[in-house]
Amino acid sequence: MEPLKLPAIDYVALAPMLILFGVACVGIVVEGLVPRSSRHPVQLGLAFLGIIAAFVMVIVSHGKRLVTIGGAVAVDGPTLFLQGAILVLGAVSLMLIGERSIEKGGAFVSQAAITVGSQKDLRQASQQPGATEVYPLTIFALGGMLLFVSANDLLTMFVALEVFSLPLYLLCALARRRRLLSQEAALKYFLLGSYASAFFLFGVALIYGFSGGIRLSDVHAGVANPKQSEVLLYAGIALLAIGLLFKAALAPFHVWTPDVYQGAPTPITALMAACTKVAAFGALLRILYVAFEGVRWDFQPVLGVVAVLTMLVGAVLAVTQTDMKRLLAYSSIANAGYLMVGVLALNKEGLSSTMFYLVAYGFSVLAAFGIVTLVRDADGEATHLSRWAGLGRKSPLFAATFTFILLAFAGIPLTSGFTSKFAVFGAAVEGGQTWLVIFGVITSMLIAFPYLRVVVMLWLSEPGESTPTVSIPGFLTSAALAIGVIATLALGVVPGPLIDLTQDAAQFVR
Amino acid sequence: MNDFPFLGILTLLPLVGAVVVALIPRRNAELAKLVALIWSLAVLVLSIVMWIAFKVGGDRFQFHESYAWIPAWDARFTFAADGIALVMLLLIAVLTPVVILASWHDVDQGQRSAPVYFSLLLAFEFTMIGVFAAADVFLFYVFFEIMLIPMYFIIGSFGGARRQYAAVKFFLYSLVGGLFMLAAVIGLWVVGGHTFDFAKLSESVSQIDQNTARWLFLGFFVAFAIKAPFFPFHTWLPDAGGAAPAGAAALLVGVMDKVGTFGILRYCLPLFPEASRWFAPAALVLAVIGIIYAALLAVGQNDLKRLVSYTSIAHFGFIGIGIFAFTTQAGTGAVLYMVNHGLATGLLFIVVGMYVARRNSNLVSDFGGAGKLTPVLAGVLLFAGLASLALPGTAPFVSEFLVLIGTFTVHKAYAVVATAGIILAAAYVLWMVQRTTQGTLNPALEEIPAMRKDITLREKVVVAPLILLLILLGFYPKPVIDVINPAVQATMQDVGSTDPGPTAVTANGGAR
Repeated sequence: MEPLKLPAIDYVALAPMLILFGVACVGIVVEGLVPRSSRHPVQLGLAFLGIIAAFVMVIVSHGKRLVTIGGAVAVDGPTLFLQGAILVLGAVSLMLIGERSIEKGGAFVSQAAITVGSQKDLRQASQQPGATEVYPLTIFALGGMLLFVSANDLLTMFVALEVFSLPLYLLCALARRRRLLSQEAALKYFLLGSYASAFFLFGVALIYGFSGGIRLSDVHAGVANPKQSEVLLYAGIALLAIGLLFKAALAPFHVWTPDVYQGAPTPITALMAACTKVAAFGALLRILYVAFEGVRWDFQPVLGVVAVLTMLVGAVLAVTQTDMKRLLAYSSIANAGYLMVGVLALNKEGLSSTMFYLVAYGFSVLAAFGIVTLVRDADGEATHLSRWAGLGRKSPLFAATFTFILLAFAGIPLTSGFTSKFAVFGAAVEGGQTWLVIFGVITSMLIAFPYLRVVVMLWLSEPGESTPTVSIPGFLTSAALAIGVIATLALGVVPGPLIDLTQDAAQFVR
Repeated sequence: MNDFPFLGILTLLPLVGAVVVALIPRRNAELAKLVALIWSLAVLVLSIVMWIAFKVGGDRFQFHESYAWIPAWDARFTFAADGIALVMLLLIAVLTPVVILASWHDVDQGQRSAPVYFSLLLAFEFTMIGVFAAADVFLFYVFFEIMLIPMYFIIGSFGGARRQYAAVKFFLYSLVGGLFMLAAVIGLWVVGGHTFDFAKLSESVSQIDQNTARWLFLGFFVAFAIKAPFFPFHTWLPDAGGAAPAGAAALLVGVMDKVGTFGILRYCLPLFPEASRWFAPAALVLAVIGIIYAALLAVGQNDLKRLVSYTSIAHFGFIGIGIFAFTTQAGTGAVLYMVNHGLATGLLFIVVGMYVARRNSNLVSDFGGAGKLTPVLAGVLLFAGLASLALPGTAPFVSEFLVLIGTFTVHKAYAVVATAGIILAAAYVLWMVQRTTQGTLNPALEEIPAMRKDITLREKVVVAPLILLLILLGFYPKPVIDVINPAVQATMQDVGSTDPGPTAVTANGGAR
């Protein structure tokens, strides 16, 4: 018997993930060893340190193009760019998660297991600071996302999917206010997410059966030289796609999105809207561009229909929403559709513009949800649209910020929303997908209406008696908002540097 | 002198002004107004200097300047002005200080902030100058879209009744048009050689295949037709014009809508000449329908501001046939019409605004015999109305006449039908003037102290420059025509149309 040989491992290339997983483990130890009163600052500081260290390692690795640990992980331009994006957006989300001055004890419940509505629950709601487990959980999720976008074989991708999904399921259930809604959201997300994972796994099995390998390069070779029935291939692609489309919130696998976005604690919603999107689309790009590039003519029309459906569903249903978080959820669905338009360009521009869009959208959506955490009344966040009427009169700066973000979502020039839409649409026309662009433009018209309605509400409506107040944001939320807004403006006015960066990075290693 | 970056500075100046005015605290409202006025006058002075520096008969595009922006897309901050853009720049520069002065007391009452209002007016001027000065399609698109934002807030926050509805309708209509154009801009970028530079595009567009070019033309044309607006995309204008404060409405109709016709002349015709010729019959029909239909609606209006808005739609029909007749005469007439209409309708809106502010009502039926209380103001209204119906001696006559004879040489039927619009124009203007200022005095008017006050010194200063310009250009339009004519000629050459030979005309006495 041959002695077992360890595959070569490039630790520098893996460092960002190793650091995050290590920090998350340390975070769990901290939970056990550090006294309760000082856990929050320690955990928060640790989490930030971890993210910064991981980001530094991403920068150190720049220019690397290699496949390591036995072909399980690919480190190339898209990997490093998307990892960097996840880390930066994750850091901003962490600022929202770590905020404790807006609500006493933060947005998270201290003990999620206490029965909702019991005496104990009332006591913890009013007095106890939130759980600090959220920090290691968040770091685990971010680490899983980093692995997800770099996974070079289907099983590693599946493991990464689970690693970042499980903490998210938990985090969704930890809202301090409206706990039943939060728990319902978590359960829904968990059940549907498990189905999606199962689909994904089944797809992996079929693809393995088809190509005899799980590495993306093996699959690519198998697609080029089919040895088995192609039914396996198409069924496999379909099942894999279902798993990924679910995470990316594309229709018809989007139905969880509004409920989960609404029920989850708002900082976690922000994390999901920004980082999970990057991760899901990163993996989708890699699978479609690396593994299945050979059958592009077969999946392009099908996924094109998915993209059109997603844009339509997101835009049309956004019109009818009355809750701010649900509105933003449908807007995020529509944006997933625009991202898909970029993905389906299936050329270098498609890759670079999708990556640009992910970053641009991430910053805007973080700022949007950051603002949602500020509009509050005695019962917590006031998310019903009608309650936002006339806020422009009371807090002009806040309303101006939110208006700017909404204009960005609507794709008005001089915001990142415009440049990113322009980039993906341009790539799609270049890639011969003009019909997707036509639908993209039409849905952009539709979805402008709900955004505009909010602007009208903020500025032109008279404030009602029950208009909530806008809390003074603490340092962390202010910083997150400032970063989100400045990035939205900067990427709209001078997108050049980031576009160049995405174009330099737009080359997968196979 | 031509190396001086006129257009860049002219574009940025009002933006800086808008920021400065916005930073003035609310309690110093008078200071904010004064700063805004002086700032807009500075813009006017600069644009007059530019007018003098413009070499008539020189290059088609002058004052060219270009700065890097987004290298990956070859989008640049490129500015350049031809004669058409130059007269439009001067129009906005003239109208803005006039409107600022006319709106002096618009926001004195109520909770709205004066610095914000005047800041928005300057911000609007910034976007207008940008849109006319841009010579990069991407930059043009950016200005085309963002000019909605200040106007949206002006209408929505400072307008009259139904302002929210009007503001949203205005925004959505324009946005829809803008998104059609976005699709066309992207398509143009892909097929036009991955550049946005107008000069480079003009060379590469000849390779676009016919079908693609028609679709791209349509994308641009719909955006411009909504903005202009042409029938049947016009329904937002009466709402927006009716709800906007009178001064802002003068800018909206006087300048912003010209972006549509300007865009057709600058982008649709030269970039897609074949498609322009192919669509021209349809555009002419729409324009003629617009003339008659809007004029009929104007006759039936009881709301003064809506009435003026409808008259504008009719006038845009004239501009439309002038453009799509593809003769230099009609084209020059159309551009001149854009200028004159800005002055005449601007004046009409402002005067109507003065009456509305006194009476606190938009309705024609709330007036009656107002001339007995305010004889001078009524005279100004009559003059504005006559200018608007293109009475000989006022500037619009020259342009309307040029459009009609220019069109008649190639499309007799359209010209004849359009001429009926002149008769309807007389009907709606004179009837409106009669019902508001002539006849027996409406007793309710006497009860209102404001109605007994005739035109004030400020109001005289507001209307005087417009009246002077209307008369001056009515008798001596040559300086403006000299600037416009070469640019229009070049545009018509791009379209590939030649003016009809002089034989028929010499037979009629050598009118050319």
